[in-house]
Amino acid sequence: MRSDGKTRAPFTLKAAAGLGLAFMHLPIALIFVYAFTTEDKSYQWPPPGFTLKWLEVTWNRPDVWDALKLSLQTATISTLIAMVLGTLCAAAVSRTKFFGRETISLLVILPIALPGIITGIALRSAFSIADIPFSIWTIILGHATFCVVVVYNNAVARFRRTSGSLVEASMDLGANSFQTFRHVILPNIGTALLAGGMLAFALSFDEVIVTTFTAGQQSTLPIWMLEELVRPRQRPVTNVVAMVVVLVTILPILAAYYLTRDGDQVAGSGK
Amino acid sequence: MKQAILITSHHHPFKTSATRHFPCISEVRPYAGGLQTTGFSMTTAVSFSKVSRHFGTVRAVDDVDLSIAEGEFFAMLGPSGSGKTTCLRLIAGFEQPTAGHIEIFGTKVENVPPYRRNVNTVFQDYALFPHMNIIDNVAYGLMIQGMGKTERHAAANEALELVALPGYGDRRPGQLSGGQRQRVALARALVNKPKVLLLDEPLGALDLKLREQMQEELKTLQRKLGITFVFVTHDQGEALSMADRVAVFNDGKIQQIGSPQDIYQRPQSRFVADFVGSSNVLEPAFVKQLTGTESYASLRPEAIRIGQPDGHSATVIGSSYLGGTTRVGLALGDMRINALIPADQAVPENGTTVQINWQADELHLMGGKP
Repeated sequence: MRSDGKTRAPFTLKAAAGLGLAFMHLPIALIFVYAFTTEDKSYQWPPPGFTLKWLEVTWNRPDVWDALKLSLQTATISTLIAMVLGTLCAAAVSRTKFFGRETISLLVILPIALPGIITGIALRSAFSIADIPFSIWTIILGHATFCVVVVYNNAVARFRRTSGSLVEASMDLGANSFQTFRHVILPNIGTALLAGGMLAFALSFDEVIVTTFTAGQQSTLPIWMLEELVRPRQRPVTNVVAMVVVLVTILPILAAYYLTRDGDQVAGSGK
Repeated sequence: MKQAILITSHHHPFKTSATRHFPCISEVRPYAGGLQTTGFSMTTAVSFSKVSRHFGTVRAVDDVDLSIAEGEFFAMLGPSGSGKTTCLRLIAGFEQPTAGHIEIFGTKVENVPPYRRNVNTVFQDYALFPHMNIIDNVAYGLMIQGMGKTERHAAANEALELVALPGYGDRRPGQLSGGQRQRVALARALVNKPKVLLLDEPLGALDLKLREQMQEELKTLQRKLGITFVFVTHDQGEALSMADRVAVFNDGKIQQIGSPQDIYQRPQSRFVADFVGSSNVLEPAFVKQLTGTESYASLRPEAIRIGQPDGHSATVIGSSYLGGTTRVGLALGDMRINALIPADQAVPENGTTVQINWQADELHLMGGKP
């Protein structure tokens, strides 16, 4: 961040840092490059030629659209569920004291700490015991378990930084619960909710493991890609889709990053 | 709710821009020293009858009876955890009594939520809304009532003038100093024309100089507006200098209630004597020798005169310079007492024996209460 250069890093350190970053990001660039290759059977380097035809092919593949639609639906609905439940839970945990509060706080966070495969297996057996047929709703339920955590974590941090007497002050000045929520609580936790929601959306959008266990015949986009990779035909289509996924997920994450950064100033002046 | 809004807006002088909301100085009614000398209307603003608030086994407020007259400046004084803030929150409606009844202007308020009580609070941490500028903070109550923007901003500006912060409307709470935020919190409460204003240690976060200035201003403001003020503090000086009447709290109970003079000069219990300005408490055996009555008695440190030709022998055990006065620690028999002497008077050496005495009427018997 500093540009005054008083503590100048040695060249070797800079080179190592650069190599590390390159190692992380060059493969992603490769995916982008292969989306435009003329060769569709194997990943040949360097690509023999470049073409835009895979964009058109992808556009005309109905299975891509089905997968994309399912992924967007799943991510949107599970994010909405997470925003409502996560906020309510955060409000309860940070605003009130009740028996078992710490336990609830832990149980809510647990799904993100557990390996996805455990959540997945657990949900799958629970669904079959309860005789719930697999559908988009079982996928959404699975995703909501970890989406709630993200929203909850963001909201609870913001609630803790906003002074509790704000709500009382609003009530004292004549506002009922609904007015207080609208005029005082929402403006104060809004950016945290938005950031949490976007992270939740991004998490849901590229989730594979839990989805594998909770989906029936449907394929979300990441599942579709996984299946597509084993087929030696029209491989660049997968790359085009991968490119879209990267773009779709990176935008909300960037936005969330900037929003939470600004949020420090918004909520920091609570007193 | 609808009716409440109608009533408030009907009485709301901000509605008619021709008349000023707040009476100017010349309209201020003369101040009467305390309830005894009347000067307050006979209307009771707030009354507690046998009110308790228990949290589990903690008796935060325990069987409190209390009556606050309309227009009175009433202080609730006590150490932290004594129940004074809980009493305030009971009036505001943030707490519900576990037993007993609270009435505000004759209406039982057990099931009335905070937003339907014609009572406003100045919070200890001010609780200004960080996402709003000052003018919207002050106008918040009026906005909730449904008043139009121009009108409520005019009213808020007038309230800001009242607390000597004109032109601060566009700033954010974070840009103001503690004293300024305190004034904004006051304006935000007063703009609603509450019938009772509750102040929860509002001066606690201010430095000494500012605190003294605000004490003066609050007192002037209260007389000017004629609103009932209920003021919670742990600072006995603050309570004594501002209030018409003081209730001293300890362990959830009211220990004594009366005018500042009463509380200071005639403490009825050892706790009050100790807490309100560190009175000396004399042992029953000693008091019996003097008065013939076996009872604890209180004696103000400044009533003790040192170096008298006759009196009681006491040994000087220490002294500390306090600026205007010097506090001298004395051993009188088994008792340790303090005397306050003017700073220009010579301070006796430690270990010397001096003769001390006091006017007989300075000694106040505290009855059976130790």
